[in-house]
Amino acid sequence: MAAVGVATGGGNWFSALALGVTLLKCLLIPTYHSTDFEVHRNWLAITHSLPVSQWYYEATSEWTLDYPPFFAWFEYALSHVAKYFDQEMLNVRNLNYCSSRTLLFQRFSVIFTDTLFVYAVHECCKCIDGKKAGRELTEKPKFILSVLLLWNFGLLIVDHIHFQYNGFLSGLMLLSIARLFQKRHTEGAFLFAVLLHFKHIYLYVAPAYGVYLLRSYCFTANKPDGSIRWNSFSFLRLISLGLIVFLVSALSLGPFLALNQLPQVFSRLFPFKRGLCHAYWAPNFWALYSALDKVLSIIGLELKLLDPSKIPKASMTSGLVQQFQHTVLPSVTPLATLICTLIAILPSIFCLWFKPQGPRGFLRCLILCALSSFMFGWHVHEKAILLAVLPMSLLSVGKAGDASIFLILTTTGHYSLFPLLFTAPELPIKILLMLLFTIYSISSLKTLFRKEKPLFNWMETFYLLGLGPLEVFCEFVFPFTSWKLKYPFIPLLLTSVYCAVGIIYAWFKLYVSVLTDPPVGKTKKQ
Amino acid sequence: MEKCYLMTVVVLLGLTVRWTVSLNSYSGAGKPPMFGDYEAQRHWQEITINLPIKQWYFNGSDNNLQYWGLDYPPLTAYHSLLCAYVAKFINPDWIALHTSRGYESQAHKLFMRATVLIADLLIYIPAVVLYCCCLKEISTKKKIANALCILLYPGLILIDYGHFQNIYNSVSLGFALWGVLGVSYDWDLLGSLAFCLAINYKQMELYHSLPFFCFLLGKCFKKGLRGKGFVLLIKLACTVVASFILCWLPFFTEREETLQVLRRLFPVDRGLFEDKVANIWCTFSVFLKIRDILPHHIQIMISFCFTFLSLLPACIKLTLHPSPKGFKFTLVSCALSFFLFSFQVHEKSILLVSLPVCLVLREIPFMSTWFLLVSTFSMLPLLLKDELLMPSVVTVTAFFIACATSFSIFEKTSEEELQLKSFSISVRKYFPCFTFLPRIIQHLFLISVITMVLLTLMTITLDPPQKLPDLFSVLVCFVSCLNFLFFLVYFNIIIMWDSKNGRNQKKIN
Repeated sequence: MAAVGVATGGGNWFSALALGVTLLKCLLIPTYHSTDFEVHRNWLAITHSLPVSQWYYEATSEWTLDYPPFFAWFEYALSHVAKYFDQEMLNVRNLNYCSSRTLLFQRFSVIFTDTLFVYAVHECCKCIDGKKAGRELTEKPKFILSVLLLWNFGLLIVDHIHFQYNGFLSGLMLLSIARLFQKRHTEGAFLFAVLLHFKHIYLYVAPAYGVYLLRSYCFTANKPDGSIRWNSFSFLRLISLGLIVFLVSALSLGPFLALNQLPQVFSRLFPFKRGLCHAYWAPNFWALYSALDKVLSIIGLELKLLDPSKIPKASMTSGLVQQFQHTVLPSVTPLATLICTLIAILPSIFCLWFKPQGPRGFLRCLILCALSSFMFGWHVHEKAILLAVLPMSLLSVGKAGDASIFLILTTTGHYSLFPLLFTAPELPIKILLMLLFTIYSISSLKTLFRKEKPLFNWMETFYLLGLGPLEVFCEFVFPFTSWKLKYPFIPLLLTSVYCAVGIIYAWFKLYVSVLTDPPVGKTKKQ
Repeated sequence: MEKCYLMTVVVLLGLTVRWTVSLNSYSGAGKPPMFGDYEAQRHWQEITINLPIKQWYFNGSDNNLQYWGLDYPPLTAYHSLLCAYVAKFINPDWIALHTSRGYESQAHKLFMRATVLIADLLIYIPAVVLYCCCLKEISTKKKIANALCILLYPGLILIDYGHFQNIYNSVSLGFALWGVLGVSYDWDLLGSLAFCLAINYKQMELYHSLPFFCFLLGKCFKKGLRGKGFVLLIKLACTVVASFILCWLPFFTEREETLQVLRRLFPVDRGLFEDKVANIWCTFSVFLKIRDILPHHIQIMISFCFTFLSLLPACIKLTLHPSPKGFKFTLVSCALSFFLFSFQVHEKSILLVSLPVCLVLREIPFMSTWFLLVSTFSMLPLLLKDELLMPSVVTVTAFFIACATSFSIFEKTSEEELQLKSFSISVRKYFPCFTFLPRIIQHLFLISVITMVLLTLMTITLDPPQKLPDLFSVLVCFVSCLNFLFFLVYFNIIIMWDSKNGRNQKKIN
C-alpha cells in the first residue's frame, strides 16, 4: 500500500508529469497520421525482409530508405517486435498497408521509445541550476523545465499525430547535452556520434560539438584572461574523442563500405534534387525571399514591367509544387544556401572558441547553429525548428532575456507547425494543445521572472497576439471567401511569412545577446 | 488571482482529453437497423425541426415512437431543435425527414461531437471551475487540483464523448451543479431555478430532487416558518412553478398532450430493469428471477418502498440540520439509493451519483476516488460494446494518477480523514477494541481494485462459456453492486454521525 503511495503520489511530480503525457499520447492514437506513417512502415518491411545489401537500393515504394544506417538497424529491431502484431506490415509490396494492429504497433513504438526522452529530460533537470528555487513546486525551475520539455507541443503533434520518431532522437541529443553539462565529455561525444548516424539532420549542430569539445575538453586550461593556453593541449583526449567518432562511424558505415555501397548510401542521404523550399515553406529566410519575389512579380505585372508570357505558370500556385523558379530575384542554388549557412554559423563558432563560457556557451552556440541552418538551409522542413526549440527550453529557465527569446521562438515555431495538421477532427486538438502549451510557458516563465523587467516589449506582445487573428483568418474565414479557389496558397503563404518574421527576430536577438555577453572571466571578476 | 493561468491550463487539458476521446467510435456506429444512442440524438433533431411541436411526443405517420421516440422532457427537445437549426444550416441532408435515418458520415460525427463539446463548455465546465474556486479553507493549488480531478472524471467523459449518450449528461449535470452552487451559497432562487432546468432537461435528475427539497425546506424552518422562512418558501415555490410552466408551456394547451409527455417520460410499463445494471434488482435476479415471478404493480411497489426507506433517514436528518456539507453528502446517498433500488434504472444513471461524489472529493479523497473508479468500472460492458476499451483504460489511469498525486490519497486513510471518527467513538462505547476500521477499509480497497482489474482483464481476453454468454457482464454488475451497497452504508454513516461531530467540536471550542 505504502509502496503504491510512494510510486504514484506524494512528491513524485516528475513521474506524474511523464505518465500524464504518456497517457495523452495514447489518447492520440486514433488521430490522423501523415505519409510518414507509411514511410516508416515501408522501412520496417525493407529492413525485415531484405538483406543488408539491398536496404539502400530497394525502391518499390517511393518512400525509399533515406536515413543513416543506425536508424535502419533501429527499424530492423522494431520489425522483430512488429511481427508479433501483424506479419503483413512487413511485406515490401504491401504499399499503404494500415491495419488497426499496424497502427497500434507503430504508435506504441513511438510512445515506448520516448522513454529515452523522458530519461534525458530527467537528466537535464538535474544539471540545470536555474534561478533559486521558489517556495512552491509549480514555481521551481526544474518543474517548469520538465513541463516545457515533456509536454512540448511540437513533439506531441509531430510525433504522435503526424508520426515521426523525433522524441527518442531529441532524447539522445538532450542526453548528450546533459552529459556535457555533467563534464562527462566522452560519453556526450559518443551519444552525439550515435545520434548523427541515426538522423543526419543533426549535422546542423555538429560544428558546435566539434569546436566545444576541441576548445574546452582537449585544451585543459585557460590563461587568466580567458584566452587559450596552447601548451595545455591534451593529445590523449583528442585521440580518445577521435577514436569514439571513428568507431561509431565504422560500426554504422563499415558494412556498406565493405559492400562498396557508400556512394549509393550518400546519394540517398543527401538528395539535392529537391527544391529550395518544401511544399509548405518553412518559416525561414528563403520564405521571405520567395514572398518578396512574388510581390515584386505581381507589382511588375501590374506596372507592365514584366512580360506575363515569360513567367513560369507554377510560380502562381507555389506552395503546392516542389520545384519553384524565382521570377524577379535570382534563383537560389544549393551551393549558395550552403555558403549562407556557413557564414551565419561562423560568428557563433568564433564566439565559442574565443569566449568560452562553459556548457551554457556551448548550448547557445548549438541553438544558433540549429537556427542558422534552419534560416538558410536547402529544403528545410518546418519540423526542423524543434531542433532549436528543445535545447532552448534548457536556457529559458535560467535568464529572463533567454526566456523572452525562447517564448517568441517557441510560440512562432509551434504555430508554424499548424499546417502539418489540416484535417478537421484534429483542428480542435492542435488549437487546444497549442493554447495549453503557450499559456503555460508564458505564464510560468513570467511568474518565475516576475521580479525582473517584463519579458516582452509592446512590439513583441503585439506580434504574438497577432497569431490569433492570423489563425482565425486562415482556418475559419478564408475557406468561406471567394479567394479559396483562385489563390489557395494564401493561408500557407501568410503563415510562413508571418512566422518567418518572428523566428528571424528571435534568431537575431539571440545572436546579439551571445555576441554582446561579456566573457565568463570578466563576469566572475565583477 | 495569480494562479489563474493554472486553472486555464487545467480546463484546456480537460477539453483536450474530451476531444481526443471523441475521436473514437460511438454507440451503434454502422449497426442498422436500430443503430444506437447517437442515432437517437440525430433522430430527435430530425423530428423536432420537421414536425410541429404538438406531434413531437405522439406516434404518427411521420413519427414512429418505436424508433427512438422522444422520451425526455421539453428542454431536451428544445436543445435538439437548436442543434437541428445549425445542422440545417450546414447540411440539410443530416436532418431530412425519413430519408436521413441512420445517416452517418465523418462530417456529421464531427458536428455531433462539437455540439457536446460546446454544451459542456457552456454549462458544465464553468460550473466546475466556479465550484472549485468557491471552496473555502484550502489553498489555490488544492482548488486547481480539485478542478483537475473533477474534469478528468472518466465516466462522464466516456459516456458523453465516447458512447454518445442519447442525452447530454454534461448539460443536465451541469445545471444540477449550478443548482448545488446556488443553494449552497444562499442564492436559493437561482439555485432552484437551475435545478428546475436540470429536471426539465432530464427527468433522472429527480434522483437529486429530494435533497434539494429537504435542504431548502430545512433552511425555511431554520429561519422560522412564521417570518422570513415563510416568505422564502413562497418565493421558492413560485420560482419552481414558474420555471416549470415556462418549460412546458407549449404542451399545456390540451390535457391529453401533457399526459402523453408524462407517459413518455415515465415508461412504467417497461420492466424493473433493462440490460445489465449494477443495482439490487439486477444482481438479485441472478439468483431469483423477480421480473418473471412477481406481478408488475408489485414490482413497482417493492422498488418504491425500498427506495423510500433507504433515503428516509438521510433526508430527515438534512431537513432538521441543513448544512451545505450535509447537503452534498445527502445528494450522494439519495442518488445512490435511487440507483440501487428504484424502478427502470440505466447503467448510465450512475453518473448522477458520481457528480455529487466529485463534489466531496476534497472532504474524503480516498473514498471518493474509490467510488469514482468503481462507477466507471460498472459501465465496462457498455464501453466494451462501443469499442472504447483503449480510451477507458487511459482515462481511468489518468484520473487515478491525478487523484493520487493531488490528494495523496493513500496517506489519508485515518479515521479522521475518512470522516468516521465520531462513528468509531460511539461504537467504541460498546466494543472498546473497535480500532481496526481504517485497516479494513484499506484492505477492502485493495481487494476491490484487484477484482476490478482481474475482471476487466478476463472480459477482454477470455471468451465466456457458451452456456453463459453474459457471464462477465453479470459478474461486473455483481461486483459493482456489492461495492455500491458498501458505499451506501458508508455514506449514510457519515451523514448520521456528522453533526454530532460538529456539536462535539463546538463544545470543545
